[in-house]
Amino acid sequence: MAGEALIELRGVNKHYGKLHVLQDIDLTVDRGEVVVVIGPSGSGKSTLCRAINRLETIESGTIELDGRPLPEEGRALAQLRAEVGMVFQSFNLFAHRTVLDNIMLAPVKVRKKRKDEAARRARELLDRVGLVSQADKYPAQLSGGQQQRVAIARALAMDPKALLFDEPTSALDPEMINEVLEVMRQLAREGMTMVVVTHEMGFARSAANRVVFMADGRIVEDRTPEEFFTAPRSERAKDFLSKILKH
Amino acid sequence: MNVLLDNLSLYAEGLLGTVELTVYASLLALALGFLMAAFRVAPVRSLRAFGTAWVTVLRNTPLTLLFFAVVLGLPRFGLVLPFKLFAILALGCYTSAFICEAVRSGINTVPTGQGEAARSLGMTFPQTLGIVVLPQAFRSVIPPIGSTLIALAKNSAIAGAFSVVELLGVYKPLNELGYSIIWTFFWIAVGYLIVTLSISAIFNVLEKHYGVAR
Repeated sequence: MAGEALIELRGVNKHYGKLHVLQDIDLTVDRGEVVVVIGPSGSGKSTLCRAINRLETIESGTIELDGRPLPEEGRALAQLRAEVGMVFQSFNLFAHRTVLDNIMLAPVKVRKKRKDEAARRARELLDRVGLVSQADKYPAQLSGGQQQRVAIARALAMDPKALLFDEPTSALDPEMINEVLEVMRQLAREGMTMVVVTHEMGFARSAANRVVFMADGRIVEDRTPEEFFTAPRSERAKDFLSKILKH
Repeated sequence: MNVLLDNLSLYAEGLLGTVELTVYASLLALALGFLMAAFRVAPVRSLRAFGTAWVTVLRNTPLTLLFFAVVLGLPRFGLVLPFKLFAILALGCYTSAFICEAVRSGINTVPTGQGEAARSLGMTFPQTLGIVVLPQAFRSVIPPIGSTLIALAKNSAIAGAFSVVELLGVYKPLNELGYSIIWTFFWIAVGYLIVTLSISAIFNVLEKHYGVAR
């Protein structure tokens, strides 16, 4: 591990009305690191993930990406978002565009790449996620797992410095979860910096460098998967793990 | 029946006037309506406030009052234009408030995730709106915009009261010439039907064409 911070959150706070969803969050993600964020629902893990590219605003604290603080609204923010890919629970592929267009759109419109070049790269990425034969279909014609793999390819098309995954497999049928996780494992092996909010403990064990356990808006534990899963320190984590690992 | 054949050029002139008012005011209303809808969903507070004020003022002012305000008000500020242009301005601005709300309701039918995905890829607000959200909203706003423009075509009759040549105003000279008032208005009504049914037809085609996508 290079040990060089790529994503750095310090003293981040956010409320939804009275609910304190993020409480003094400090989190550093180094370049090439895979950090899996787990925790019970409502613990603030999705909010944390979305705050990193400012889809959620924060009230206090700082978020730095590659040494630069997150800009306010506007062009600078857009530029920064282009460098951090995001994969959503509900895929969010552009419903009115084909699979290939979905992947090409941002490189052409945001990076001002040439169309043929962007299309070539898009096909490469589709090949990588095993979907090159679906290039001309519309998102609605694909299964959930296929849509999510396209969404990953779309994020990769911007050559991001880091990828954020907000529960990428939670909306999938069980038999499709693995095809998505396999793509993510491959990315992790290739050294992509990733923040993954998930309930897939198998993925956390096998691919994560660190597991961050959140509960009630706080980071309760931040350790290696080995340590976390075999000997959780906090009662909250023990309780959580006993509930999900039992069945 | 004779009233039409005897005065064909008068009717034609009136119809042309109404068509002109409708077309130009529609273009103005569409341009302003889309712009104001964009303002109303913009991340900039002052733009949102401007869009809201625009809609509130124009949608809640009676059109006749708005005509008076434009025709009598603007010259006081040194803006003297032909009455026809004033009429287009009044009709266009008035209708833009309704177009804006139709477009905004269309924008609200597009799942928020679409916009979030666009933003997360680094698209600016105008790009997100223009490339991702509006094309998907467009389909659902075609019918209400059609209705709004039909209303505009009929509202253009008010311009006749401000000495702009348009279809309804045709009855005045014909009445003086002693033609049957019923038949005079019958053919005027047919003229309006030609305009409004044409708008319906155009929007039916648009709906069929853009309804297929997705």
